[in-house]
Amino acid sequence: MKANPKGVLTGAHYLDGDHAAAEGALAAGCTFVAGYPITPSTEVVERMAERFPEIGGVFIQMEDELGSMAAVVGAAWGGAKSMTVTSGPGFSLMMENIGLACMMEAPCVVVDVQRGGPSTGLPTLPGQADMMQAKWGSHGDYEIIALSPNSPQECFWVLIKAFNLSERFRVPVLVMMDECVGHMTEKVVIPEADKIELYPRRYTELPPEKYLPFKPGKDLVPEMIKAGDGYKIHVTGLTHDEKGYPVMTWEAQEKLVRRLIEKVRLFKDELVDIEEEQTEGAEVVVVSYGISSRVSIPAIQKARKEGIKVGYLRPIIVWPFPGKKIYELAQKIKGFVVVEMNYGQMVLEVERAAQGKTKSILVPHGGGWVHEPEDIYKAIKEAVK
Amino acid sequence: MSEIEVTEKKEIEEEHPMENLLRMDRMPHIWCPTCGIGTAVTAFLMALEKSQIPLNNTAIVSGIGCTGRVAGYVKLDSFHSTHGRAIPFATGLKLANPKLKVVVFSGDGDTIGIGGNHFLHAARRNMDITVICVNNFIYAMTGGQCAATTPITANTSTSPYGNFEQPFNLPYLAASCGAVYVARWTALDVRRLSKSITEALQKKGFSFVEIICPCSTLYARRNRLGTGLDLMKFYHDNSVIKHGADLSELDIGFQSKIVVGKFIDRERPTFLDALNQGLRGVLKDKFVEYGGPTDDD
Amino acid sequence: MRFWRKPLDADKLQIPHGEIHIIRERCKGCGFCVEYCPKDVLELSTEFNYKGYHPPRAKNPDDCVHCGLCELLCPEFALFVKEKKEVVKVES
Repeated sequence: MKANPKGVLTGAHYLDGDHAAAEGALAAGCTFVAGYPITPSTEVVERMAERFPEIGGVFIQMEDELGSMAAVVGAAWGGAKSMTVTSGPGFSLMMENIGLACMMEAPCVVVDVQRGGPSTGLPTLPGQADMMQAKWGSHGDYEIIALSPNSPQECFWVLIKAFNLSERFRVPVLVMMDECVGHMTEKVVIPEADKIELYPRRYTELPPEKYLPFKPGKDLVPEMIKAGDGYKIHVTGLTHDEKGYPVMTWEAQEKLVRRLIEKVRLFKDELVDIEEEQTEGAEVVVVSYGISSRVSIPAIQKARKEGIKVGYLRPIIVWPFPGKKIYELAQKIKGFVVVEMNYGQMVLEVERAAQGKTKSILVPHGGGWVHEPEDIYKAIKEAVK
Repeated sequence: MSEIEVTEKKEIEEEHPMENLLRMDRMPHIWCPTCGIGTAVTAFLMALEKSQIPLNNTAIVSGIGCTGRVAGYVKLDSFHSTHGRAIPFATGLKLANPKLKVVVFSGDGDTIGIGGNHFLHAARRNMDITVICVNNFIYAMTGGQCAATTPITANTSTSPYGNFEQPFNLPYLAASCGAVYVARWTALDVRRLSKSITEALQKKGFSFVEIICPCSTLYARRNRLGTGLDLMKFYHDNSVIKHGADLSELDIGFQSKIVVGKFIDRERPTFLDALNQGLRGVLKDKFVEYGGPTDDD
Repeated sequence: MRFWRKPLDADKLQIPHGEIHIIRERCKGCGFCVEYCPKDVLELSTEFNYKGYHPPRAKNPDDCVHCGLCELLCPEFALFVKEKKEVVKVES
């Protein structure tokens, strides 16, 4: 279905990543935002608070991130497209309720504008050290989807994609931005509403007597309802059966958790979104995401001038990790150079996916500023030996 | 060896009048014999019927704990969320669909212990939800630990020599945060309790009803108070009805007098009403009110 | 019923009567209904239900005035009262 024009700010704008993300959410039809201010993500909710009264939506500034995430899950069951926005410390607080969203299969979006960590860290400076936390942050086994944009223009489209994926898979979708992308101002072109495709929420057509809230469809995703439609369902965070009733047995656990994981894992091929450049016939491939990908470009160009065949690979959907592509390349190249603003998180995935076929050189950074292209260039030279 | 007589399970043929509001496929419930939560639920269901609020439009949210299991037994759109987060979950649910009647039915540990922050703010904002807090003075489900409402000197599993912390006075707390309807009843006083819950359900704004309930397996047993029936007898002899009493006198000591009644019943604009009115005043014609999910959402 | 003064509408006064239905298999023997019946109609029986509890039984079923307190107090939804359509005259 197409986007509703009332939420789409068509035109060419000069926006920063946070504002572009807010516009993306509005274009996707977001109607509920519960947030808590935290640098550097505050601008997103500030813009939502400003724009919602003119479009039709509710913004509530909750008392903490724990309440924000719980409200987002509640709003998803109330029939709204809901979102919250945070950064590192708030992300840690939201973990329990992200797990609740996974268990209840509530579609929602969580934007994490990463900053220097751990703990209070560097509130106003970038980092990319929450990547593993995005996948493994909450307790228990579950699967989420995470995306990482690298420009304000991409922030707009990634938010729309995030909402679409959350409706398609009924999982919380995390948008892992960083402070640099969030605070950089660039040209953002927003098209007309009928050029924006939205995935509608999968409401059931079955009558209440026949409907089972957690009976999976063919793609392992159940159909949803919203509270107030007269279905009188029970939804719980406990392990439950298809009717939603808690069942305390290992069989129910196996059936439920396996499905929660497989509904994403078995459809991984639908979830590949990579930007690649000159990876065919490359000797070295630079893998990066977010702001680090933009910093890699001058290093790659310098290496290419010297005749080194350097490929550029940027996963936009970072979880599930595009392991297949990495393995494909690993068999042909001399090495990967993984550039990230942390001490080694996604490089572990690259190493795992490469299955030992080639080496992976990490260019780490503690956060607080972007990499020096010189360091990336040195790593490329190292990899090509 | 003599014959052991085994009582056979008989089929239940009669239908209790409240069965249309209960998830009978999940009965019998998990609460202990002489637990007061079943009585609290009966009072709530009677109140719900009397209030004539359409059942399709009602949602119940509970947290974790013995009382938190209520959502699993009531036949409404019911949500069993995480510990302490029933109130923000209900907030999200209500704001996403303002036409819903949202009830939070949770225990004292869940509502005012871990969920304390959310309770304060929801009352301050006057969210249009009804919070029914079952107070058994303890964290019952996890084995009887000390709660924010445990009276001084009571024995709990994490205060085995007696509790020496001052407990909360819940009606005082709710009223000072801005709740528009505050009442406290014991589980014994079912009719007045039910009437109070009806009033709370029909009231617009943050309404709070505290139900003092017996916990037999943990609170009563650990403090040598007998069974839940003995605690009910205690409530019979020691509860005093004082409508509109001075809130600061509502503290509950260990086996002390319990003051019950309706304490606050006032009017205040709800969060959504105040928000919409304020925004309309500032933005005038540009303001678009969010009415709830539409069919093509 | 006994009154110290005969009510003016005594001939129209009807005392309700109730018929107690006990769902024995649900009872957990808490004793709330027995303790708080205002007409002392119930007592815990000596029989067991399959769970091993003593469910209540109506020892004076004709005394029940359909007040409904037992139905409200029961935590297990194990007993309820239905109105018996019978009119009892008032004596002074």
